[in-house]
Amino acid sequence: MNSGLMSTPHVLLGLLATGDKHGYELKRAHDERLPQARPLAFGQVYATLNRLQRDGLVTVTGQERDGGPERTTYALTGEGRAALDRWLNDVEPPYPYVASTLLAKVAVALLVADLDRVRACLAAQRQAHTARLRELTLLKHAPSATLDDVVAADFAIAHLDADLTWLGTTLSRVADWHREVRHEPAPGP
Amino acid sequence: MSQLQARDLVRSYGRTPALRGVTLDVDEGEIVAVTGPSGCGKSTLLHCLAGILRPDAGEVIWRGERLDTRSEAARSRLRRTEFGVLFQFGQLVAELTAAENVALPLLLAGTGRRAAREAALTWLERFGVAELADVRPGEMSGGQQQRCATARSLVTEPRVLFADEPTGALDTLTGEQVLTTMVRLARERRTSVVLVTHEPRIAAYADREVTIRDGAVEHSGFDLSALSTGGDR
Ligand SMILES: Nc1ncnc2c1ncn2[C@@H]1O[C@H](COP(=O)(O)OP(=O)(O)O)[C@@H](O)[C@H]1O
Ligand SMILES: [Mg+2]
Repeated sequence: MNSGLMSTPHVLLGLLATGDKHGYELKRAHDERLPQARPLAFGQVYATLNRLQRDGLVTVTGQERDGGPERTTYALTGEGRAALDRWLNDVEPPYPYVASTLLAKVAVALLVADLDRVRACLAAQRQAHTARLRELTLLKHAPSATLDDVVAADFAIAHLDADLTWLGTTLSRVADWHREVRHEPAPGP
Repeated sequence: MSQLQARDLVRSYGRTPALRGVTLDVDEGEIVAVTGPSGCGKSTLLHCLAGILRPDAGEVIWRGERLDTRSEAARSRLRRTEFGVLFQFGQLVAELTAAENVALPLLLAGTGRRAAREAALTWLERFGVAELADVRPGEMSGGQQQRCATARSLVTEPRVLFADEPTGALDTLTGEQVLTTMVRLARERRTSVVLVTHEPRIAAYADREVTIRDGAVEHSGFDLSALSTGGDR
């Protein structure tokens, strides 16, 4: 999901709103707050901080070096706070179009593969999704789970659940279609 | 140990086939989700396993012995003592209070009045609805009714719980709370659960998932019970 990458500057602003931090602390706080997101790379933290500083949204409040590498501490500026509030107040547009590799693959499979292959592909995908869904369900109910963990797991679970429901529907549609093509009677009344 | 087995179950309603040869095993303490699209035969399978319905062909074997060939009386005795049954809409008795509803299976099994009420209160407490003990279903929310119904389905400490879409009528969060409590209590007691659901997120709480399509097993998912021994909240 690239919306995660697009929101990184604002997440960093949000983390700085809770107090001044240096780059490493920001990375750690980011990964803790968004446990299901891809961990933030150091390079990206510093690149983002440089851009935020250039735009006047953060400022450097200290630079220290005790033995180790140099550590620069950053703070949110008034302008940074305003940018953060604007972002929080903006309603996220619902995805205007469907852009999923999964859908693309199924659409192409329907185009080039026979129906048995398509069904096998859907069933395999369902298995992989189910395994991940179960992992997340466990993670969410682990005694050590924090509210952040649960909220992030809920988000992922809701999306996997939707994908799985769609995979099931598609399997049914493909089965119906298959039957029609072969002129087999439908089961049931 | 496999304690409940279905062998080649076939069942029709008049000319409508509902099961076309289903084979399924449920181990002691195992939670098996039965999933599949509406009308695929999930409820019919559950009813056959629980001895509520008789299959037209095939066998149901309970702890090594045929169940489906026993008399109506013998099967209903089994349901009172060894099985618990839970439906989508709790089906509480409207005239009885929560405590009376939950105590009912115990009274039917011959437990004394006082002991039955005490057990009922304990089970209501486990589902977080102790304060509803003297309230009738008509004055409860759907979620509260389903908590009471779940307490009632477990009050006899059955060996198997048959749950047919137990969270189907509840919102996501309420459904999750009822389900996690049910799963935790079942695991603590090594109660097997046959959990019928069409929702992937609900099936994810089971050790194993069996998918039914057009009255036959389409897929029997991985046994990941090693994973699910972790804590449930
Ligand atoms: N009492 C009944 N009378 C006639 N047909 C029924 C009855 N119960 C179920 N069926 C039919 O049997 C099939 C399987 O139903 P059911 O077991 O209820 O499926 P599910 O629980 O998966 O929705 C469906 O075609 C359904 O219409
Ligand atoms: Mg049903």
